[in-house]
Amino acid sequence: MNHRRTLSLLSLTAVGALALSACGGSGFNDSSSAKSDGQVSVLIGSSGDAETQAVTDAVAAWSKSSGVKAKVTVASDLAQQLSQGFASNNPPDVFYVSTDNLAGYAANGSLYAYGDQLSNKDQFFPNLVDAFTVGDTFYCAPKDFSTLALVINTKLWKQAGLTDADIPTTWDQLDAVAKKLTNGKVVGLTFSPEYARVGAFFPQAGGSMTNEAGTQATVDSPPNLQALEYVQKLLKEGVAKYSSDLGTGWGGEAFGKQLAAMTIEGNWIAGAMTNDYPDVDYTVAELPKGPAGPGTLAFTNCWGVAQDSGDKADAVKLVESLTSEDQQLKFAKAFGVIPSLESAASKYAAEEPQLAPFIKGADYAQNPPSEQGAADVISDFNAQLETLKSSDPKQILSTVQDELQAALDSDQ
Amino acid sequence: MSTILRGRTIDGWLFVAPAVVVLGLFLAFPVVMAAWVSVSDWHGHGSPFSSDVGFVGLDNYRAILSGGGLAERDFGTALRNNFYYVLIVVPLQTVLALALAVLVNARALKLRGFFRTAFYFPSVTSAVAITVLWLFLFSTTGPVNRVLGWVGLHGPNWFNDPRGVLHLLLGAVGVDQPPAALVSHGFLGVTWWDWFAGPSVGMSALILLAAFTTSGTFMLLFIAALRSIGDEIDEAGMVDGANAWQRFRHLTLPLLRPTMFTVLTLGLIGTWQVFDQIYTGTQGGPAKTTVTPAYLSFHTAFENQQWGQGAAIAFILFAIIVVMTLAQRAILRGRS
Repeated sequence: MNHRRTLSLLSLTAVGALALSACGGSGFNDSSSAKSDGQVSVLIGSSGDAETQAVTDAVAAWSKSSGVKAKVTVASDLAQQLSQGFASNNPPDVFYVSTDNLAGYAANGSLYAYGDQLSNKDQFFPNLVDAFTVGDTFYCAPKDFSTLALVINTKLWKQAGLTDADIPTTWDQLDAVAKKLTNGKVVGLTFSPEYARVGAFFPQAGGSMTNEAGTQATVDSPPNLQALEYVQKLLKEGVAKYSSDLGTGWGGEAFGKQLAAMTIEGNWIAGAMTNDYPDVDYTVAELPKGPAGPGTLAFTNCWGVAQDSGDKADAVKLVESLTSEDQQLKFAKAFGVIPSLESAASKYAAEEPQLAPFIKGADYAQNPPSEQGAADVISDFNAQLETLKSSDPKQILSTVQDELQAALDSDQ
Repeated sequence: MSTILRGRTIDGWLFVAPAVVVLGLFLAFPVVMAAWVSVSDWHGHGSPFSSDVGFVGLDNYRAILSGGGLAERDFGTALRNNFYYVLIVVPLQTVLALALAVLVNARALKLRGFFRTAFYFPSVTSAVAITVLWLFLFSTTGPVNRVLGWVGLHGPNWFNDPRGVLHLLLGAVGVDQPPAALVSHGFLGVTWWDWFAGPSVGMSALILLAAFTTSGTFMLLFIAALRSIGDEIDEAGMVDGANAWQRFRHLTLPLLRPTMFTVLTLGLIGTWQVFDQIYTGTQGGPAKTTVTPAYLSFHTAFENQQWGQGAAIAFILFAIIVVMTLAQRAILRGRS
């Protein structure tokens, strides 16, 4: 072997070895021995500057009192960035988890179940604890929640000759006032074409998406059909229109632009009205009762902690501080979410009487299905709801029933 | 082989080694990794090569192609949407690019440089920026609908209108209800009636966007080809008494065939992989009519944690593109 060739072979080997070690990094095998990096990283999906600022301040305050470094990052696409972190064994320590993603992350072992370690775990709304319990494991602390209520444009209400006594408490009354409020350019009621709004009518009729245990889909039940037919009737009469048909992105925008006199939205609409449509006066009422009683949907996020985090103990401490009563009230004031602790929520209701209907909804709210694969079924349901006006509600429900049942079965 | 030559071979390898390593690391290795994920039950936690990830054979592919469930129907829907997108965008952008190239190449045209730049401009602008511009232009009360309003047309609610264009045309001639045979049967979980829906109104806006952004790029390729043809051939045609159209049809076009092949191939590959506009613009809406396989693959993996299925969709898409390119090559070859 001549000298030059040895040299070239050597360099080739070196280059190859380099390449392989670059591929390695975190290795091809499990590296579950997570190391602490001495800093708690927090990844949030933010609704805007107010939320970002509030969380940043809260985390900084905890950092100061505990002496542990912490950093807040705002995700541009939370689900994608989390997935990337879990796949590369390098996730953020603390992050928002929506009920949609909980089951998937829990199933693949990405989430650290710390719920039972929380000193205040009995003080959360039971409904929210259920939302973040998979099987019998309480995974993570509910951050806050939102419910849907009926938001009414005060000026248009008066112009239509309606008074406080006319606030609808039944389906028939809702239909009647929507008719009265519909004229020319303004439609009586608007909401976005998705299960997360239309679905509020299901519990009012006594229906649900799944049974209590989440093992059986109950989508194509008579109550749900009654609810969907009622919504279809509103759309067909022209007294209700989807926000997308009004050329807007969501109910709040259509409402703020006064294209609709009423909308079904969550408490986040308060922030949007203050920032974008300060001149529009509105009142909030609980959603009308259906044939089976009151009903609404609850939406919530929790503070997830990563299984691969090296700072689990600190992360849980941070979560405890973020879910404390004081801190939750600060968040509520900053960006209009309802505290997940019952005590904090009632204080908030006392301070903000106009938002009380949202908080009352917590008593009878239904959680959207959160089983693994449910999110996909819901997005298909949404696609079908877009054309509800011209399609057969029975057909929609039976399609979604089959899909949801398939998702639940593959879950068992 | 002599020693000298052998030494040279190794030197040659040595010189290309950095490129080989870079390609291996960033192209070949991820492809192998994705291929493994598509036949495994990896669920997005830790390395796909760790010991607790199992081999599931073709299960992921089966779920997409014959599962009978939501995964199959979603894939069928995505395929339908993308099929119409390709079917319209590829010919449209090719014809447009050729027309622009011929225009800009005409010697009589003043300000040729300006027009060249103007037509090429959309191609170098970021896809995201143009998508945002499009969302504004095609909003319900946006400029496009205003202009349509001037001529007495009531513009649709573009990005929120899931109705298929072909269905609308059929509706216009009185066919509202699908024949039962088309509804009871289908392919990939999508009924034949829905396969024949055509692109939705929302997708049509994206089709226009694609034609707008890519025709500039392909115009450049055609300009280069037109330049290389030279004037003698055109003059010879004139001497033979051919008019302008005949010269273009029988002289220029055949000479443009290699370029045409390039443009069509690039067009096919590009349009089957459309992602940016969907991700930034419509997120698959209205009513899933702008979901494409590329977007579905991303969504399935990252949002729904079905990593195996996501990877499998990507490989099926790859197969589709290869088959289409080969078919198109055979067709263009055969017409000599």
